[in-house]
Amino acid sequence: MRKFALVSVPYFWLLILFLVPFLIVLKISLSDTALAIPPYTPTLDLAEGWAGIKAFFAGLDFENFTFLTEDPLYWKAYFSSLQIATISTTLALLVGFPIAYGMAQAPDEWRTTLMMLVILPFWTSFLIRVYAWIGILSTEGFLNQFLIWIGVIDTPLIIMNTKIAVYIGIVYTYLPFMILPIYAALEKLDNSLLEAAEDLGCTRTRAFWLLTVPLSRPGIIAGCFLVFIPALGEFVIPSLLGGSETLMIGKILWEEFFNNRDWPVASAVAVVLLAILIIPIILFQRNEQKQREAGK
Amino acid sequence: MRRFTWFNATSLTLGFAFLYMPMVILVIYSFNESKLVTVWAGFSTKWYGELMQNQAFLDAAWVTLKVGVAASTLATVLGTMAALVLVRAGRFPGRTLFSGMIYAPLVMPEVITGLSLLLLFISLGVDRGVFTIILAHTTFAMCYVSVVVSSRLVTFDQSLEEAALDLGCSAFTAFRLVTLPIIAPAVVSGWLLAFTLSLDDLVIASFTAGPSATTLPIKIFSAVRLGVSPEINALCTLMIAIVAIGVIGTSIGTKRAALRQKRDEQAAARATG
Repeated sequence: MRKFALVSVPYFWLLILFLVPFLIVLKISLSDTALAIPPYTPTLDLAEGWAGIKAFFAGLDFENFTFLTEDPLYWKAYFSSLQIATISTTLALLVGFPIAYGMAQAPDEWRTTLMMLVILPFWTSFLIRVYAWIGILSTEGFLNQFLIWIGVIDTPLIIMNTKIAVYIGIVYTYLPFMILPIYAALEKLDNSLLEAAEDLGCTRTRAFWLLTVPLSRPGIIAGCFLVFIPALGEFVIPSLLGGSETLMIGKILWEEFFNNRDWPVASAVAVVLLAILIIPIILFQRNEQKQREAGK
Repeated sequence: MRRFTWFNATSLTLGFAFLYMPMVILVIYSFNESKLVTVWAGFSTKWYGELMQNQAFLDAAWVTLKVGVAASTLATVLGTMAALVLVRAGRFPGRTLFSGMIYAPLVMPEVITGLSLLLLFISLGVDRGVFTIILAHTTFAMCYVSVVVSSRLVTFDQSLEEAALDLGCSAFTAFRLVTLPIIAPAVVSGWLLAFTLSLDDLVIASFTAGPSATTLPIKIFSAVRLGVSPEINALCTLMIAIVAIGVIGTSIGTKRAALRQKRDEQAAARATG
C-alpha cells in the first residue's frame, strides 16, 4: 500500500505531464488546420460517445506529413540541422579531446580545480553564454577589432548571422559535455601500458593512436552523442547567432507555431524530429549499457 | 607516471581561455561608460543603476525567482520519490514505461517538450501563467533530480534502514532519520540543479508562459534580439555573480560537511575500538 503511494505519485505526474502531452502532439499532427481556437480539427468530443470517437478517428490523416515532404523548406531544414549538428560535434571533439587529455595528464592536485573549471560554465545561464558571443562575433565586435589591430585582416570578417557563428555557439555551450566523458575514460587509462609500448619500440605518436585513442573510445562516443543530440533540436543558438539564413528544425518548429499559428504542421515537424533523434538516442543507450557491463 | 608536456599545458590554457573569455569580456563591458558596447569609454556603474530602475526587468526577475523556488522544491520531492522507486521498488507493472519517462525528458528537445505541454494546457482549458510554468519546469527538472539522487541511493547500504525498522521505527521515520541524512548531499545538489535549470530555461517557459507571465530569460531573449546593450551586460554579470557565489559556497559547504562526517566516524571508531 505504501509502495503504491510512492510509485503512483511520480508515475501519474509523468503520465499526465509527459506522456499524454506527447500523445496530443501526435494526434494534432494527424489533424487538419482550421481557423478556430484551437486552430485544428477534429477535436475529440467524448460527450457524443462512440460516434464522437469514430468521427475523431475518421478525421485523422497524414496530410501534414505529406506537406512536409512537398515543401523544400522542411527538407532543407532537416538536412541543414543534421549537417550543423555533425560539423559542430566534430569540431567539439577536436577542441575537447586535447583539453580532456591535458586534464588527464595534469598533476593530481590540479584535478579538482580543473574539473570545477569545466563544470562551472554549466551552472551559468545558457542564454548568457550564447549572448556573450554576439558582442565578439559581430562586424564591429571584439574578434574583428582584434584581428584588424594585429594586422591579420583589413576588412572585418562576416561571421555573425552565418553557420560559422552557429558552429562556434554550439561548440562553446556544449564543450563540457564533450570534455567530461572523455576525461573520465582517459583518467582510467593505465599509463604503464604506454610505457610498455614505448619500451617495445613504439614512438609516442604511434602509442597515442594505437592505445590512448582506442581505449578512450567509449568516452569519445558518449561525448559525441551528448553534443549531437541536443544540437540537432537546438533553438536558441541558431536564432541568436545564425540569422535568418540559417535553417534549423527547432527554429522552424518555433516559427510554424508562434508566427504562422499552424499547429498541425508544427506538431508534424516535432514528430519527424523525434523520429530522427530516436536512432542516435538508441545508439547512445547501447554504448552506455556496454560501458556498464564492461565496468562490472 | 604522468607526462605533463608543453602540448598539454597549451591545450589547457587555450581551452580554458575559450571557455571563460566571452564571459570575462561581458563582465568587463558591463562597467563601460559608453552606450556602444564594443568601445571602451571609462569605468562606470551607471548601467546597474538603470537596471534597478527598470521595472519590467525587476518584475520578470521576481517571477523567475518564484517559479524557480516552487518548481525546484516540487521537483526535488517528486524526483527523490522517483529515485526511490527506481532503486528500491523492485518490479511493478509498467516499470519499463516509468524508467523510460524518467530518462526521455533528458534527451527530448526543448521545443518538443514546450510544444507538447502547451497543447496539453490548451486542451485542458488551463489558463497559462506562473502556475503552468511551474508545472512544466517541475516535470523536466524532476527527471534530473531523480538521476542525481538515484546515483547516490545505489551506493546506500539498505541494511541501515532495515535496522531502524527492526528497532521499531515507522517506515517514514526510518527514511527521515536514516536514509535522508545520508542522501542529503545528492538531494541538495538535485535541488540546486533543478533551480538553475528553471532559472535558465527560455524555450519551455516561452511555450507555457502565456501573455500574462514573463520570466527573465524571455525578457532577455526579446531584448537581445534587438542587439547587445550594456544594461543586459549588467544583468548577465549579476546572474553570473550569483551563480558563482552559489556554486563555490555549496562546494565549500559540502567539503566541510564531508570533513565533519569523517571526523565523527573516526571518533566513533575510536570510541568503539
